[in-house]
Amino acid sequence: MTQVRRFPIGKILIYLVLIALSAFTLIPFVWMISASLKLDREVFSFPMRWIPETFHWENYSLIWTKVPMLTYFKNTAIIAICVTLIQTLTSSFAAYAFAKLRFKGRDVLFLCYISTIAVPWQAYMLPQFILMRSMGLYDRLLAIMVLQAFSAFGVFLMRQFYQNIPDELCEAARIDGLSEYGIWARIMLPLSTAAIATLVIFTFVGTWNDFMGPMIYLTRDENKTIQVGLRRFIQENSSDYHLIMAASVVSLVPVSVVFLALQRYFIEGIATSGLKG
Amino acid sequence: MTAKPVPAGQRRKKYSMSRLERKNTLIAYSFLAPNFIGFAIFTLVPVILSVVMSFTEWKGGALSSMQWVGLDNYASIFKSVKVGQKMGELGFFGGLDYFFNKVDLGISLKNTVFYTAVTVPLSLVAAIVLALVLNKAVKGAVAFRAVLFFPYVASMVAICVCWNFMLMKNGPINQMLMSLGSTFNKSWTADGTMAFWAIVLVSVWRNMGYYMVIYLAALQGIPRELYEAATVDGANKWQQFWAITLPQLRPTTFFASIMLIIGCFKIYDTVYIMTEGGPGRATKMLVLYIYQEAFNNYHYGLASAIAMVLLVVVLLVTILQFRMEKRYANN
Repeated sequence: MTQVRRFPIGKILIYLVLIALSAFTLIPFVWMISASLKLDREVFSFPMRWIPETFHWENYSLIWTKVPMLTYFKNTAIIAICVTLIQTLTSSFAAYAFAKLRFKGRDVLFLCYISTIAVPWQAYMLPQFILMRSMGLYDRLLAIMVLQAFSAFGVFLMRQFYQNIPDELCEAARIDGLSEYGIWARIMLPLSTAAIATLVIFTFVGTWNDFMGPMIYLTRDENKTIQVGLRRFIQENSSDYHLIMAASVVSLVPVSVVFLALQRYFIEGIATSGLKG
Repeated sequence: MTAKPVPAGQRRKKYSMSRLERKNTLIAYSFLAPNFIGFAIFTLVPVILSVVMSFTEWKGGALSSMQWVGLDNYASIFKSVKVGQKMGELGFFGGLDYFFNKVDLGISLKNTVFYTAVTVPLSLVAAIVLALVLNKAVKGAVAFRAVLFFPYVASMVAICVCWNFMLMKNGPINQMLMSLGSTFNKSWTADGTMAFWAIVLVSVWRNMGYYMVIYLAALQGIPRELYEAATVDGANKWQQFWAITLPQLRPTTFFASIMLIIGCFKIYDTVYIMTEGGPGRATKMLVLYIYQEAFNNYHYGLASAIAMVLLVVVLLVTILQFRMEKRYANN
């Protein structure tokens, strides 16, 4: 009879705080979607309404005619996919050499990679720009591709992962007569899917969201990426709040899909690689 | 006498490269080449050039047209800001006052440092609170984690323009604040002080989910026995937080603050999209200044010299991190 069921007040408090903070995190996105379905004069109505009186879905078809959104999308997709492919392939290739092969100049070369990680891009974007322009890469999609595809970060991340794979595995494969390329393809690659997923999502999201790079390098309208294009849209239709929000929502869709599909790898990747520095 | 067994790597070094080793080295280079060639051309060379350029006068074009000017670019930073001259006229503090309130470089330095000083602690506190709360929650932790992390994945252009609208006159934020008794109803980005806080707000909002993930991983690494022992000793939750959790998180906090400081010093997208450094020069930051000097005013040498200032700051902070990490590792 003395048993009293304790009311879990602590638990409830924790969930209340969590819900409040999640709401704070999500409010801009909710507001963005809400505004994208309103008429422009309704966006700043007083008092504000979270749910539009009528849903103006036509906003979402209007944006494609105002600026060449489709071209921007296509450019960004081409860049992001190429960069992700090149980055993942070449850095896992190079990381294998750094982690599992012994050769002359290994430490010096790796130091080259590591030391550039600490250098902020903004410190060398200028000589990079001049160099790229002299190579005839200015205002070409290829510029952003080569800019993003060979980052030291990818090599570093993959090397960290490969080092945790036991050397004995490679030795055994060598004795069995597998070439180094065979070991990379048949042993390392299948074992490193988690690391590759992390690198893929990092690279894809980073390239999709890159703003400063395309802004400096891509000037012609048919070359612009979605971020720069969205910025142009904002400048040219600055009072069409509803359309700007619709375009913003659309620009967020691909990254959101990738994030939702691979978020486990993303978050675990940060938790481990972030801690290792 | 038999020779002591030596590890494979050391034994090999005793002989000159055998044919097999030469073959192995070639194989290794073939693995490296695809990445290294791209890396060398598009990253390594520009990094080296950035240091060289800060000592040269170069208008672009052929590399041979580059002229060595020694420390002139650095000197011209000081000359162009006229601090020495103003110090002569207004005294030491008058000169400093002039530098930080009238000169572009001084203003952007001041803004960047203030922004960093405010954003770093706020982001850290928010991240720790989030991680602690999420660490306790059992149901739906993965979903909450994903939601809180999402701002970090969303593109800055969409986020910044959305926050800009939300912070406008009659926008949702001002309406909410007015219902709480505030009388401020202006666009935040049109007001010098509020524009600065708008940028801090967006930055903290975006940072907290990312560092929460890092803190969560660290929290899960704290041995449970510590808490059990503390409970036996009669320490309450609050005491346990200060005596166990916070000290155990110190390496993480250190790492996170270093990353945040570096990130804050490099802030660009947010200011460019939200305020373009305005109103006036109220939110002008260092990288925005470098960008404008280089790409709007074509002062390549000067911009490179200022970029070196950024590089030195970031490198110093990074070296500090390595030093401290070693100290933690030894303890």
